Amino acid sequence: MHDIATSPAGAAIDAVPTDVVTAHEITRVYGEGDTSVRALRGVTLDVERGKLTAVMGPSGSGKSTLMHILAALDRPTSGFVTVAGARLGQLSDTDVTKLRRKHIGFVFQFFNLLPMLTAEENILLPLSLAGLDVDGGWFEDLLRRVGLEDRRTHRPAELSGGQQQRVAIARALVTRPTVVFADEPTGNLDLRTGGEILELLRSSVQDYGQTLVVVTHDARVAAIADRILFLADGLIVKDLGRSTPHEVMEAMEAITPQ
Amino acid sequence: MRKVALRGLAGRKLRALLTALAIVLGVAMVSGTFVLTDTIDRAFNTIFERSYAGTDAVVRAGGSDIAYQGLTAELPGIPAELLEQVRAVPSVEVATGLVMDETSAKILDRKGKAVDTQGAPAFGFGVDPSPELSRFNPLNLVEGRWPTGGTEVVIDAGTADEQRFALGERVKVASLGPVREFEVVGIAQYSGVSSLGTATFAVFDVRTAQELFGREDEFDAISVAAKQGVDDEALVADLEEALPPTVAVQTGDERADEERGEVAEFTTFIRYFLLAFGGIALFVGAFVIFNTLSITVAQRTREFATLRTIGASRRQVLGSVVLEALVIGVLASVTGLLLGVALAYFLNWLFRVLGLDLPTTAMVFAPRTAVVALLVGVVVTLVAGLFPAVRATRVPAIAAVREGATLPGSRFARFTPYVAVALIAGAVSLLAFAMFADDLDTEPRLLSIAGGTLGLFLGVGLLSPKVVRPVAGLTHEPARWVVVVLQVVAYPVTLAFWLLRYAAFYADRPAGRRAGAAAWALAIVGAFSLLVALLGGGPVLALVPLVVPLTVIGMAVAARVSSFTPEWPLDFPDVRPAGATARVGRENARRAPGRTAATAAALMIGLALVTFVATLADGMKASNRDAIESQVRADYVVTSQDGYAPFVAAAGEAAARAPGIELSTDVRSDLATLAGSDRYLTGIEPGRIAQAYRFQWLDGSDAVLSRLGADGAILDKDFAEDKELAVGDRFTAVVPSGQERQLVVRGIYEPPPFYPLLGNASIAKETFDELYDRPRNQFTFVNVPGEPTEAAKQRLAEAVAAFPDAKVQTREEWIAFQDADFNQFLTMLYVLLALSVIVSLFGMVNTLVLSVFERTRELGMMRAVGMTRRQARRMIRHESVITALIGAALGLPLGIFLAMLVTRALSQFDVQFRVPLPLLLVFTVIAVLAGIAAAVLPARRAARLRVLEALHYE
Ligand SMILES: Nc1ncnc2c1ncn2[C@@H]1O[C@H](COP(=O)(O)OP(=O)(O)O)[C@@H](O)[C@H]1O
Ligand SMILES: [Mg+2]
Repeated sequence: MHDIATSPAGAAIDAVPTDVVTAHEITRVYGEGDTSVRALRGVTLDVERGKLTAVMGPSGSGKSTLMHILAALDRPTSGFVTVAGARLGQLSDTDVTKLRRKHIGFVFQFFNLLPMLTAEENILLPLSLAGLDVDGGWFEDLLRRVGLEDRRTHRPAELSGGQQQRVAIARALVTRPTVVFADEPTGNLDLRTGGEILELLRSSVQDYGQTLVVVTHDARVAAIADRILFLADGLIVKDLGRSTPHEVMEAMEAITPQ
Repeated sequence: MRKVALRGLAGRKLRALLTALAIVLGVAMVSGTFVLTDTIDRAFNTIFERSYAGTDAVVRAGGSDIAYQGLTAELPGIPAELLEQVRAVPSVEVATGLVMDETSAKILDRKGKAVDTQGAPAFGFGVDPSPELSRFNPLNLVEGRWPTGGTEVVIDAGTADEQRFALGERVKVASLGPVREFEVVGIAQYSGVSSLGTATFAVFDVRTAQELFGREDEFDAISVAAKQGVDDEALVADLEEALPPTVAVQTGDERADEERGEVAEFTTFIRYFLLAFGGIALFVGAFVIFNTLSITVAQRTREFATLRTIGASRRQVLGSVVLEALVIGVLASVTGLLLGVALAYFLNWLFRVLGLDLPTTAMVFAPRTAVVALLVGVVVTLVAGLFPAVRATRVPAIAAVREGATLPGSRFARFTPYVAVALIAGAVSLLAFAMFADDLDTEPRLLSIAGGTLGLFLGVGLLSPKVVRPVAGLTHEPARWVVVVLQVVAYPVTLAFWLLRYAAFYADRPAGRRAGAAAWALAIVGAFSLLVALLGGGPVLALVPLVVPLTVIGMAVAARVSSFTPEWPLDFPDVRPAGATARVGRENARRAPGRTAATAAALMIGLALVTFVATLADGMKASNRDAIESQVRADYVVTSQDGYAPFVAAAGEAAARAPGIELSTDVRSDLATLAGSDRYLTGIEPGRIAQAYRFQWLDGSDAVLSRLGADGAILDKDFAEDKELAVGDRFTAVVPSGQERQLVVRGIYEPPPFYPLLGNASIAKETFDELYDRPRNQFTFVNVPGEPTEAAKQRLAEAVAAFPDAKVQTREEWIAFQDADFNQFLTMLYVLLALSVIVSLFGMVNTLVLSVFERTRELGMMRAVGMTRRQARRMIRHESVITALIGAALGLPLGIFLAMLVTRALSQFDVQFRVPLPLLLVFTVIAVLAGIAAAVLPARRAARLRVLEALHYE
């Protein structure tokens, strides 16, 4: 696998502005004609380096759609996104793959682990796909941090939901990507485990300076987020800095249609 | 990524195994064919090499080599006094005279019937056992000594073994004259050849052999060894100078090569014939692999998408699926290669059972066999896996987050019907070209036919998803009712089985009732076997004492180790047609039409080919009957035992002497060069033939027969047209001895093209006997006064009893005999084609297993709302039977269509077109049985699902 920096798109990717992810007037329309749904109706935002940005909003407000588009899983109907300085719309499939390897991590609500691989193998998969070597010290540190040292040879089926999500988070962090997206990482877990996962995410921002964008319904996120975006009906309706859980609840209530 | 592919494969062992099986049989067929044909080749080579190992030069009659339709004409003998001339040549060390006859030395079994060589040679040798001549003798004594005098014989080890002839015993041997009795003084074999196949040999001393095979004061050949230091060419030159120009001299090596060449053609034919079936099985296997991998790729959509989100490139995804195919291909090919050795034994056995036993040595496993088999297996698997692999790369990353994401349709999906139609059109035109183009060599013609047929299958396969919905609807009811009928037929068995199971497993039932159930089961089995026995199934009956205790023991063991919990009373066997479950099954078959279609298409191929063979064969049998009925007027036909080889003329003379016959007439036959082409020449009796054979005269009448004289000939229409000969024209006939004869065309007739009984030219028997020194009969026709009776036939049979190779049949019996012979060949074709049907069966099992796996949750839900295990099984089975019937619905018409095309192409041979309806019905039932068999394993899996786990299944 040759280095990303050698391709023209890669050169742009390597320039490091403070805003690691930006979105410009993005819209996303699902379907056509009468049945079409406008999931995003013009969202502009930027994600700051080394910060944890939370995205909140009622169900169906377009959070997942936004995440998918920011993470280059989907394309906007109009507008554009840059990740690490590269405009996504212009990249070929190969360039997007390179971008994912170097700059993007993703944590799913349903974990999406490969059932035939062990925890350790799942975590290391992005590196082996990219043909990169493991930095042993870093990997051990990561494993300790996500609390899976004694679970490394287990298969996903032998792990609890919380443990599986830890594997998924470690997998997203292992390449030290420019930004990690997490779409409701706690959505499929009980309250306590969810809290532990949020704590894990926070520590990754604090200790590694990892840039993180998290979609969640959990108001406790307020305690860890540097910034909270509120989405309603496909638009950003509120943009809070550090807030208390109480403020978050209020904001949520304000935008939730009665 | 390699790990992902390999682990994934390891996690789906059963599927990987079933997928691999699809290609194993094809590879096994390829490697088995090579092993078998190499072995046969080696055996023949050994025979020829040994035969001429100590021979530096061979002197034979210098006639012309005449060959037609794979047969080579026999050369006349050479005068015995030439041996002295040869020995007098200074460069000659030793020389011996050899007597050899390939067809007449029939050894009789203990019942007095000739040991059937099934068309293989029945050698008769005259060998001089003097020690200084042993270098010329390719045979090794296993026991005893070489024969001397007129009453001793040495026979081949194979016959001695099979017929249990021991030293000192007396055996009868037929030759050109009547049967004579000899004492077995030795048993011999070709060194290095373990079996001669059905061929036999009998060795006599030289004088006796000369007497028996019409070589008084003659030899068939003289074998010569050179003095030290004289090379073979010099020896040949010396001999040529010393001997008259009527003989031909060759080096031993040249002679061996020549004989080898004749046989090599034959083994090459067998090789390609068998490879064709391997090819078909591989082609079907490719369908199965394509389908299985397509389904697994579709089921793993989410996995591929996840891989993409964490940075897998398209190439890596492609690589992982290709790697998977590669591993399957390699494993399957290696297994197939090894299995091929076993299959070689099976094929050899099959050939033997069907009367085509060939000489063999120890099995030959050439490196080429391994290379070709592995290469073919791996390449076919990879090609079949490429398309699904490419589709896997088209999974978008977003599919990782979509619930129930499915594989995106191929970009070209909407063009498929057009491609399919174009492919079919192209294939049909290729077929038509192959069959109707006039000047085309055999090889391109066969390749075009193969290509066209494959294209046709592919095209229909591509188009078939479109017909799945309607055909599934049409086959729904038949599928239900055929299954009911089969269930009724099998009811005694299922009931007995259930009773045994009751006795074994229902631990909570009273012991008395369980014992009663077991007793009933045995009673049913007993009654059933009695019925089978009454219907004439003696051999089947022999199996009963074996099967019953085995089943009982099996049940007892299963009862000990199994945690099986029965569902009384819902489990009691019944034969009601499936209702709601069948409807669900039908909808399941319909819901992924591509999948069902590909599964059915694999079966379609085998069924189409079987139907093709059956239809064509039926037409050929009809043509054959018509041909014989329109030509033969006679009441009886005397032929050799196998019906094709010529038999000794003396047998015909014996038939003529039978009491109470009205007329007997011989038809001699041999090869000759007629007007420049090697053909069959027959000798007929001018005054009698017309009473036994019906001529369709184009120019002439039965009256011309009496005017044949010494130089008259009658020609068949094709030959006359070919050579542009008309009545009154002259042409030359050259016989194997080199003699030439000017002949005059006296009449032209038109025999049925399918099976003309006479040669292209016929001359008077007297003339024929002047030209050939060992004239043989093809037929002797016999008429009796009034209607032919059993008594008349008996008298005739007694008259020729001294000639065990001669067989007396009525015209009808003769036709039936030929049909039976043809049926044997058909059986072999069916067995070989069954291979591809079995491969498609694996495909059906595979698809169903994958579907059951995919619908785990759904099945759990249905079970939760009250579906019984049996209903779950029936649902799967119905889906399977419908799929099988779709295969039949496509395959049968396709086979008929192909047969129609070939019939038209063969119209010059007057092949009829007849659809064998009863057979087609049988094939349909076989398809249904295949469907039921394929459903067994998947249905069990579906029935075994634990409801709760299934519902939680993601
Ligand atoms: N693949 C899709 N096809 C059609 N509509 C969609 C699709 N995905 C999302 N939507 C619609 O877009 C809107 C936003 O959905 P989503 O982004 O999933 O919201 P959230 O994650 O905030 O709940 C919803 O109305 C949803 O129904
Ligand atoms: Mg969402």
